Amino acid sequence: MKKLFSYPDSLKKARFSYCPGCGHGIVHRLLAEVIDEFKIREKTIGIAPVGCAVFAYHYWNFDVTEAAHGRPPAVATGIKRVLPDRIVFTYQGDGDLASIGAAEILHAANRGENITVIFINNAIYGMTGGQMAPTTLIGQKTWTSPGGRKAELSGYPMKISEALGQLDGVHYIERVAVNNPENVLKAKKAIKKAFKNQIANKGFSLVEVLSMCPVGWAVTSVEALRWIEEKLIPVYPLGVIRDKSKST
Amino acid sequence: MIKINIDQERCKGCRLCVIVCPKDIIIMSEHLNSAGYHPAIKIEEKEKDCIACGKCYQMCPEVAIEINKE
Ligand SMILES: Cc1ncc(C[n+]2csc(CCOP(=O)(O)OP(=O)(O)O)c2C)c(N)n1
Ligand code: SF4
Ligand code: SF4
Ligand code: SF4
Repeated sequence: MKKLFSYPDSLKKARFSYCPGCGHGIVHRLLAEVIDEFKIREKTIGIAPVGCAVFAYHYWNFDVTEAAHGRPPAVATGIKRVLPDRIVFTYQGDGDLASIGAAEILHAANRGENITVIFINNAIYGMTGGQMAPTTLIGQKTWTSPGGRKAELSGYPMKISEALGQLDGVHYIERVAVNNPENVLKAKKAIKKAFKNQIANKGFSLVEVLSMCPVGWAVTSVEALRWIEEKLIPVYPLGVIRDKSKST
Repeated sequence: MIKINIDQERCKGCRLCVIVCPKDIIIMSEHLNSAGYHPAIKIEEKEKDCIACGKCYQMCPEVAIEINKE
């Protein structure tokens, strides 16, 4: 028997705690595949966020630690500086990274820490039941914006990848999505590049993943794929935002 | 021959595999798994039509699908 598409070694057999149709599971698998393909399972250290992915250490079959809400980039900085031969990545939601941890990500990026950041943008606070995040779209209804987000009151959807892309310390930032099989493959390629950069000591790399939260958006799993295409991508366009290896 | 395996206990019935399969091989079942979801199943007679494109595997949020060649 030849395995064509099979369960990666870097994933434990534990069942995910995510809602049906949630994008977190797809990104967990992509990370596991990339770590398998680089054969770095024994020297990878992940930092799990506070948010729906808080139990990521139950799912990945390599070392994972947990950080306080928003602080994974600070923890990753410490681990990578003390153990520079390890491959260190953070996995963070948009509430975690763009709101409560805005300072930590900004300064880790500006320092050009040689870490990899996987940033899950689902335009909402998933775990706490669907409150507005900095990334929530104008007009998007959440429990804390029941009439839809208004710019006058809550500002604009925060394009944090574009903002971070202005910093000289940043090596690579790309935005991808997991709403169809073609985009999933592109997302894997970007994640692979973000790990390759770290292995080659290139510095700070971040991949923003537009990811489904059907429950938070109050749509079906299938509608959530379309929601990304029609609502999220026009505000958060896909593609490379910064790549130093191309500009020099 | 291509073999499609859908883990009936991992599946959460989201239907993403059903809508991406270009050969309409996967459908939702009537039975429930232990978590209370209707898991996806393959139509046995259609398994031979599988082109091993991996689209169902790529979209499955539960990593419940494996595609093998025998
Ligand atoms: C210091 C602190 N403040 C607030 C919370 C409550 N809290 C837990 S998860 C969460 C939101 C997480 O949202 P996000 O990062 O977008 O991840 P998602 O759940 O959507 O994957 C919040 C506010 C907390 N645990 N700790
Ligand atoms: S609330 Fe949203 S992000 Fe959290 S597990 Fe459910 S679908 Fe996923
Ligand atoms: S591998 Fe492709 S053709 Fe085969 S079941 Fe999956 S989606 Fe359908
Ligand atoms: S994509 Fe996975 S979880 Fe969703 S119905 Fe298909 S097998 Fe089940």
